[in-house]
Amino acid sequence: MNQVSPYWRKTRHLTAWLLVIWVVLTFCVSWFARELNAYSFFGFPFGFYFAAQGILLCYLGIIVYYSRRMRQLDAEYAGDAE
Amino acid sequence: MLNSLTRLQRYYLYYTAVFVLFVLTLALLERHGMPPRWVGYAFLVFTVSMYATIGVFSRTTDVSEYYVAGRRVPALFNGMATGADWMSAASFMGLAGTLYLQGFQGLAYVIGWTGGFVLVALLLAPYLRRFGQYTIPDFLVARYGGNFIRLVAVAAAILASFVYVVAQIYGVGVITSRFVSLQFEVGVFVGLAGILVCSFLGGMRAVTWTQVAQYLILIVAYVTPVAILSYNVTGVPIPQLVYGQVLEKVTTLEHQLFDSAKELEVRELYQERADLYAQKIMQLPQSLILERERLSIQINELKSSDVQMREIVALERQRRELPHDPEQARLRWENEMFTAVDRSKPPIHHAEPFPAKTVEEQNALRFNFLGLIFCLTIGTAALPHVLMRYYTTPSVSQARESVVWSLLFIVILYITAPAYAVFAKFEVLSNLAGIPIAKLPGWVAAWTKVGLVGIEDINGDGILQLAELSLNPDVIVLATPEIAGMPYVVSGLVAAGALAAALSTADGLLLTITSALSHDVYYRIFRPGASTQLRLVISKSLLLVVAVFAATVAAQKPGTILSMVAWAFSIAGSAFFPALVLGIFWARATRAGAIAGMLVGLLLTLYYILRLEFGGFAWLGLEGAPLKPWLHLQSTSAGVFGIVAGFMTNVLVSLFTRPSPQAADFLARIRQPDRRGEGI
Repeated sequence: MNQVSPYWRKTRHLTAWLLVIWVVLTFCVSWFARELNAYSFFGFPFGFYFAAQGILLCYLGIIVYYSRRMRQLDAEYAGDAE
Repeated sequence: MLNSLTRLQRYYLYYTAVFVLFVLTLALLERHGMPPRWVGYAFLVFTVSMYATIGVFSRTTDVSEYYVAGRRVPALFNGMATGADWMSAASFMGLAGTLYLQGFQGLAYVIGWTGGFVLVALLLAPYLRRFGQYTIPDFLVARYGGNFIRLVAVAAAILASFVYVVAQIYGVGVITSRFVSLQFEVGVFVGLAGILVCSFLGGMRAVTWTQVAQYLILIVAYVTPVAILSYNVTGVPIPQLVYGQVLEKVTTLEHQLFDSAKELEVRELYQERADLYAQKIMQLPQSLILERERLSIQINELKSSDVQMREIVALERQRRELPHDPEQARLRWENEMFTAVDRSKPPIHHAEPFPAKTVEEQNALRFNFLGLIFCLTIGTAALPHVLMRYYTTPSVSQARESVVWSLLFIVILYITAPAYAVFAKFEVLSNLAGIPIAKLPGWVAAWTKVGLVGIEDINGDGILQLAELSLNPDVIVLATPEIAGMPYVVSGLVAAGALAAALSTADGLLLTITSALSHDVYYRIFRPGASTQLRLVISKSLLLVVAVFAATVAAQKPGTILSMVAWAFSIAGSAFFPALVLGIFWARATRAGAIAGMLVGLLLTLYYILRLEFGGFAWLGLEGAPLKPWLHLQSTSAGVFGIVAGFMTNVLVSLFTRPSPQAADFLARIRQPDRRGEGI
C-alpha cells in the first residue's frame, strides 16, 4: 500500500502546484488590491479589474490546463489500470 | 455545418432559435399594442411549457436514469446544467445589486463563487466520478464505512439544501407577482408546479435537460439588457470590455458629488435623526408615553382649528401605528436608527478596495473580504447539489472537462454582473443625483410604487441628494431595461431569465434532498432489499412531499430566509469539505476522524451563526448578549472557523484511531488512471 504509483504521484504533484497558484491568486493578490489600484489596465484600476475579471480568467486557465494535463497522464498510464 | 453537430446540440440550437423567434414576435406584437401584462403571461406560459415538455419527454422508470441521468450527459451539456443548477435567483437578481451597494467589497462573491470550481475540478469532481455511485453520502460511506456517517451527511445535506430551496421558491413568488401580477401565494404555487413538471417524472435526467434549456434562457436574459445599455452609453455592445471607461467617469462623478454642500447637509440631518432615535431608546418607556401625548395634543389642537380632515386622519393613523409596548418600540426605533446611521455615513467609492481611514480598519475589511471568499469557495466546492452533477458524465475525463465548461458558463454571468453595477451607478450619479424630484425619470416612480426604490426629501429642497435615495439590490437587474429605455418585452425576458435561474436551482436542490432521503435513508439504511420499482415510487412521493412543504414555508414569506441562504455555504463547507478532501488525498484519515471533523465543523459553524445573529437561547442554556465577532468576521463567514476546526479535528482524531480497513482498496480504485480517457 505504501508504494505510490507514478500516475498518482504525478497527479498529486500537479494538483499541489495548481492549488498553490490558486491560493496565491485568490488570497495574496486580493490582499493587495488597494495597492494594485494605482495601476491602470484597459481603463480599469488594476486591483478592481483583477478581482472582477482577471482572476476569473486565471481560474479558467488553471482548470483548462489541469484537464489537458490529466488527459495526457491518463493516456500515458492507461495500461496500468486494473 | 449543422451535420457536424451531435443530435443534442442540434436540438438545443433549434430550441434557442425558437426562443429568440418567440421574443422577437412578442416585441413586434408589443409594438402593435399588446399590453405589457400579456407579454408577462406569454413569457411565463411559454417558458414553463417548454420545461414541462422536456420534463415529460425525459420521464423514466430506471433508477440510474432517475438519480444520475444514466451517466450519459456529455461534458458540454453537464457544464450548462451545472451553470443553471448553480446560479440561483440570488445570483441572477441580487448579485449586481450587491455589487452596486458594496462596490469592490461585493467582488468577494464573484471571486468566491467562481474560485470554488477550481477546487471542484482539482480535488473532487474526477474522484467522485470515478467512484461512480449516486450521492455524496454514498461516497463517504464507501471511503470510511458505517452508516452513522451517512446519517450525519444526510442531515448536513438537508440542512444546507432546504433553506436554499425555500429561498428559490420564494424568488419565484416574487418574480411572478411582480411581472405577471399574480398574488404572491399563487405565484409560489405556480413555481411549485414549474419545479414539479421538471423533476417529478424524470428525476435527474429530466432535471438535466431542463437545466440546459434554462441556462440558455437565463444567460440570454442576463446579457441582453446590459449589452443594449452599454451600446447606448459607450457605443460598444460588449459591456464587460468597456465598463472600465464608465467606471472612470463614475469615479470622477463621485469626487464631485460626495462632498458637495448639499450632500453634507443631508448626511448631517440623518445623523441628527439617528441621535434623536438613540435618545428616545435611552429614555424608554417615558419617551413612548411622551410621544403618544405629543400626538394627542397635536390632534386636539388641529381638531379645534379648522384644518382639513385629511391631516387629522393622518396624525391619528400615526398615533395608532405607534409601538404598543416599550419592547416593540425599542426594536422598531433601533431599526430606524441603524437606517439613519447608514445614510449618514459618507458613501463608498465604487472602485476603492477596503475603504477605511486607519490601517487597522482597512485590515479588518481585508480579513472579512478574504474570509468571505474562503467560505464561499469551500462552500461552493461542497454543496451536494453541485457535486452530484459530476456523477452524470460518461467518463472521468469528461467530468474534468465538464468542470471547465461549468466554470466558463458561470463566468459569463459573473463577469457581466460588475458591469451591471457600474452602468447602474453611472445612471444614478449622472441622471438622478441633483435632479428635482418632480423631474426624475419614469422608472424611478414605477419602482418606488413597488417599494424597491425609496426617496425621502429630508432637507425639503425638492432636489434628490444621493443620501436620500435607497435602492433594493434586486432593482438593479430588474430596472436596467427601463433605465435603457427598452420596450417591456425586454423586462419580460429578464423575468423569464430570473424564473429560469430560480427554477433550475430549486430542481437540483430538491433532487438532492429527495435522494438523500429516499436513496440514503430509506434504501441504504431501512430497506436494502427494496425493489427498484418501490425505490422510485418512494423517491417520487418524497419529492412531492418535500416540494409542497418547501412551497408552504415559502408562502409564509419568512423574512430572514434570504440571509439564511448565505449560511448554506458555511454549513456545507464545514460539514463536507474536510471529510471529502482528506478522504481522497490522505490515506490515514479514519472513520472516527471524519465523523468527529464533520460534527465539530458543523456544530461550530451553527453555534457561531446563531450566537452572532440571535444572541442567546434560553432553552439551550446559552444566554446573554450576542457574541462579539471573532477576528471581526461576520456570520456569513462563519465557515472559516468551522472548516478549519473540521480539518484539525479530522486530522487529530484520525492520528489516534485505526485506519478503516476498506480505505486502501477504495483509494487504489479512485486513484487509478482513466481507461476510457478519450474525452470528447
